[in-house]
Amino acid sequence: MMAKKSAKQKNDDSVESLTLPPKYQNLKGKKLKEALERYEKMKYEYGEAVGVVAAQSISEPATQITLRAYHAAGRVQLVTTKGLPRLIEIFDAKKEPKTPSMSIYLEPDYNNAEKAHELASKIKETSLKDVMEYDAIDLTEMVLEIKLDKNKLQNHLLDVTTVRNALSKSMATAEFEVKDDLTIIAKPKAKQYGLKDLQAMRTRLRERHVKGIRGVKQILVEKDGEEWKITTLGSNLKKVLELKGVDKRRTYTNNIFEVAEVLGIEAARNLIIREALNTLREQGVDTDVRHIMLVADIMTQTGVIQPIGRYGVAGSKASVLARANFEETVKHLTKAAYLGEKDTLTSVVENVIIGNAVPVGTGMIKIKYKD
Amino acid sequence: MGKVAAIDFSLMSPEIIDKMAVMEVTTSEVYDIDGYPVEGGIMDPRLGVIDPGMRCKTCGNVFGECPGHFGKITLAKPVLNIYYLKEIKDFLTYTCHECGALLLKNEDLIDYKKGKKVSVPKKCPKCNAKVKEVKFEKPFSFYYGEELLNPEQIREHLERINDEDARALGLEGGRPEWMVLTKIIVPPVTARPSITLETGERSEDDLTHKLVEIVRINKRLKENLDIGTPDYIIEDMWELLQYHVATYLNNELSGVPPARHRSGRALKTLAQRLKSKEGRFRYNLSGKRVNFSARTVVSPDPFIHPNEVGVPEKIAKELTVPIKVTSYNKEFLKKLILNGSDKHPGANYVITPQGIRKKIMESNKEIIAESLQEGDIVERHLMDGDVVLFNRQPSLHRMSIMAHKVKVLPGKTFRLNLVVCPPYNADFDGDEMNLHVPQTAEARAEAEELMLVEKNLRSPRFGGPILGAQQDYVSGAYLLTKDDTVLTKAEVAQLLASIGKEDVELNKESYKGKEVFSFVLPQGLNVRFKSSVGDEVVIENGKLIKGVIDEKAISAFKGKVVDAIDKQYGNKAAVDFLYDVTRLVISYLNMRGFSVSVGDLDIPEEAEKKIQEVIDTYLDKVEQHIKDYKEGKITPTPGKTVEETLEDLIMAEMWNITNEVQKIIKEYAKESEALVMAITGARGNIQNLAYMSGLVGQETIRGKRPFRGYRGRTLSHFKRGDLGAYAHGFVRESFKKGLSPIGFFFEAMKGREGIMDSSLKTRVSGYLERRLVNALQDLRVEKDLSVRDDSGSIVQFVAGEDGIDPAKSDWGELIKE
Repeated sequence: MMAKKSAKQKNDDSVESLTLPPKYQNLKGKKLKEALERYEKMKYEYGEAVGVVAAQSISEPATQITLRAYHAAGRVQLVTTKGLPRLIEIFDAKKEPKTPSMSIYLEPDYNNAEKAHELASKIKETSLKDVMEYDAIDLTEMVLEIKLDKNKLQNHLLDVTTVRNALSKSMATAEFEVKDDLTIIAKPKAKQYGLKDLQAMRTRLRERHVKGIRGVKQILVEKDGEEWKITTLGSNLKKVLELKGVDKRRTYTNNIFEVAEVLGIEAARNLIIREALNTLREQGVDTDVRHIMLVADIMTQTGVIQPIGRYGVAGSKASVLARANFEETVKHLTKAAYLGEKDTLTSVVENVIIGNAVPVGTGMIKIKYKD
Repeated sequence: MGKVAAIDFSLMSPEIIDKMAVMEVTTSEVYDIDGYPVEGGIMDPRLGVIDPGMRCKTCGNVFGECPGHFGKITLAKPVLNIYYLKEIKDFLTYTCHECGALLLKNEDLIDYKKGKKVSVPKKCPKCNAKVKEVKFEKPFSFYYGEELLNPEQIREHLERINDEDARALGLEGGRPEWMVLTKIIVPPVTARPSITLETGERSEDDLTHKLVEIVRINKRLKENLDIGTPDYIIEDMWELLQYHVATYLNNELSGVPPARHRSGRALKTLAQRLKSKEGRFRYNLSGKRVNFSARTVVSPDPFIHPNEVGVPEKIAKELTVPIKVTSYNKEFLKKLILNGSDKHPGANYVITPQGIRKKIMESNKEIIAESLQEGDIVERHLMDGDVVLFNRQPSLHRMSIMAHKVKVLPGKTFRLNLVVCPPYNADFDGDEMNLHVPQTAEARAEAEELMLVEKNLRSPRFGGPILGAQQDYVSGAYLLTKDDTVLTKAEVAQLLASIGKEDVELNKESYKGKEVFSFVLPQGLNVRFKSSVGDEVVIENGKLIKGVIDEKAISAFKGKVVDAIDKQYGNKAAVDFLYDVTRLVISYLNMRGFSVSVGDLDIPEEAEKKIQEVIDTYLDKVEQHIKDYKEGKITPTPGKTVEETLEDLIMAEMWNITNEVQKIIKEYAKESEALVMAITGARGNIQNLAYMSGLVGQETIRGKRPFRGYRGRTLSHFKRGDLGAYAHGFVRESFKKGLSPIGFFFEAMKGREGIMDSSLKTRVSGYLERRLVNALQDLRVEKDLSVRDDSGSIVQFVAGEDGIDPAKSDWGELIKE
């Protein structure tokens, strides 16, 4: 986080020593002087209600955003949630986005069509039904016969033994035997079983995954400029990062919780900023990053991702009246009585309620009249 | 009056209730035969006054002065406070039924506070009594093992718990047994006033109804207890009492039928009074009402400065500004008083330092003027130059309320310059706006320094100008600054006069439009940018050298010239520039004329033919796709079905038609005002022109071709299963030509979708705004540039990571390249 760095820089003394943002560090001479002058003028003033301004800057254009995700027809692409629904999803901090998606970049050695496709097939979740021609119950032997499709196997770079191994790994209650190049015989381990058990096993086996990474449902290998890139629908950052050949620095998912878990809360904050900003920019809305940063910061302030709204930031405020004023009034009041809470009337809502000047902006300054 | 420092919340103990109550309600009778409230009834005169002219029996104050006083009801049997059922259950579960000792170990307590499930030991560690499971059954029954506990038993159990254990379970607001009510506090009558109807009948507040009910059943229960009625009858009545107390507290409990009024309407009891948008909190406590405000229709006035607002005289006479009389303004104020309250620059009231308020009338204005003394306050009419706040709802951002200077005008509408329409998002199809008059010097100073229109030139959202020209101003500026625009000396003189520039020496016989425009540019201005039309605009040393002025130069959100002037000469110069440009352009348009007609949409036959060709080619392709599909020749794209793939293919062809036609229209569109509007960005775009003179093309519902309607077809005019273009919303006609009935129907479908979408969108985004504001409203920048909330905890070490306020920035940057 850059803020931390600059906070350290100015550690010793006042705001005045705050240097220019890194972007302008290499300015010299007259330009530097001019930039410093401008910078001095552009700084926030004491008491500026950044919170409200940020909230308004995000929600005012939200009225212009499309409600539904339309996609450009004709082009092959994976449809992800866009516009207002996505924005709300980000701020609500949904555990799983409606359309989780990853962009996987490759390391230089793997940056060619062949390797990219190979990797893609490693990533895509493949279940038995994707490579199977048919499965039939052999009534005489009371076993399940699984016939694999030769072409499909080849497409997924699989062979009969790997499928068998994957199946026996994922289902411990049955034995799997390779009969020939394309056939696997499955037999329950239980001593006694009936036709019903076989049928149940058959349906369950179809969904068993034989290859790839769980959760990655669709995959698209594209050439992005000079580079090969794998886009997925479904996300599993941890597993994908474990793969060889994946560029761990640039590989990207839109699942905020996953990022928080794998890469930490700072990364999650950056992801919130990036996702929210992209969502707005896509819709042609120009909103300053700073506003979104503030929202991301308040969402991640405690070290875990908190949604905006009644179960998150707004519902965990210190002030009883502020919470009661927002939602679930009665619950907050009765709970406050039980906990013996004290409201010291420091936030905006309470001061509105009791009729004082609100403690932001000019309300933070007192004026003494000279009589 | 003292200041409220803090508010403590806690459970109410019976002792506190005894202390607070001035009387006890003992009878369910409310009024006697003569219509007077009964002593000891629920409307007891000791509880406060609600009728003018009466005096309170407790405090002796009159109506309006007496705040009201609490009473109490002592319950014959205790009942549960339904707000604490969960907490009561926890207490019963985690403490010993026999000795009241805490059953949980310390590590369990930590889990308990986190909200995790914790298990209890089989035996009490202290008294070794067996621990049974506590079960709760809706609405208010607790079972200990198999045994039903009544509130009395629960209360006894809770009494046995010591303070320390109670605190360990999270209760800090009092004793656990206070969660079982033995006494009920009766709110003062001022909180539940009765209304006397025209017929003389009294109509009581819902709370009163509910309280009467409680008193009645309570009394009956007490009497039955006294005479020793069998237990099962007592239990029934007890439960009824519990029901009434529960609905008194909250009438929307799940599993409890709401208590109803005689008419069948559910009663509004305590919880309902506080809750939701119409409740006490959001409606009364956060929703403040003000005086010194006005609202009327707004209309445009290009000749009023953007910093000003035109106020109708009628309103100016109603709204006042308090002015303290000093030796400097005494004569002036006297004159105003003599004008009276009906003549415009007049005054309405004089307030003496003793607080006496004198209304200025025709009859007494001379006397008041004569007796005017320094130190009095005169409430004078709103006058030119006064600072007022002007607002249009919905107030989506802070520029929705800005300060303007008053200009008193005849007429009945507020007048505003069109340049301030974008921030307010105002138009003049009947929009109304609000006006507020600040009443203190501090407020006026703040309004003028921080909220004045010109100070809000730059939007804090993106750091660009939010004031700017729109519509005709844009097309007008383009027409004026076009290369071939030449004006005569007389015309130029006329135009310059209209913006008040009369000191310019005109020494040429004719002027180019660009030169005329340069008159309003500040001297020494230098900017370069690309215009909407697409050419390079060069302004050097305050002269427009090259290019045209259009949307990119002067419009809100984009205006490069406005932006440059603000940066180089300050916001006042930028707003003055906008004022000048708009007047200049509007005068030019008045002179030149500007109108649009259907004729503008004519396209040559050749173009018509080309469009037909485009349609034929792509519709053929669509037919081919459908044929392929029927023959099973389409390979699905990964992750999609064959049908979806076919749809994608057809939609792609439809897109091609739209794009091709747009190209044709662009090529063949007639030089016309309609085209000028489209290319300059004044209004509409080429696509709109294509709809009108080319074709409407594919209608989409939810981004797809329409499929709903009849079984297997959209309309009964098509064969079932027809996948063709015309059967699924392809409209071949243009708006000018007129739509076929079927095309019209598809267009209506699309239009309806749009209406539904936008109404849903306002709701969804409105709620998003409420949540965001609520989460962020306490954040502010401190003196060290950090962002903190009201409790002082740091959210950002340096606001926005670099301390730059976007509202003062150059499109969010320190230096925009």
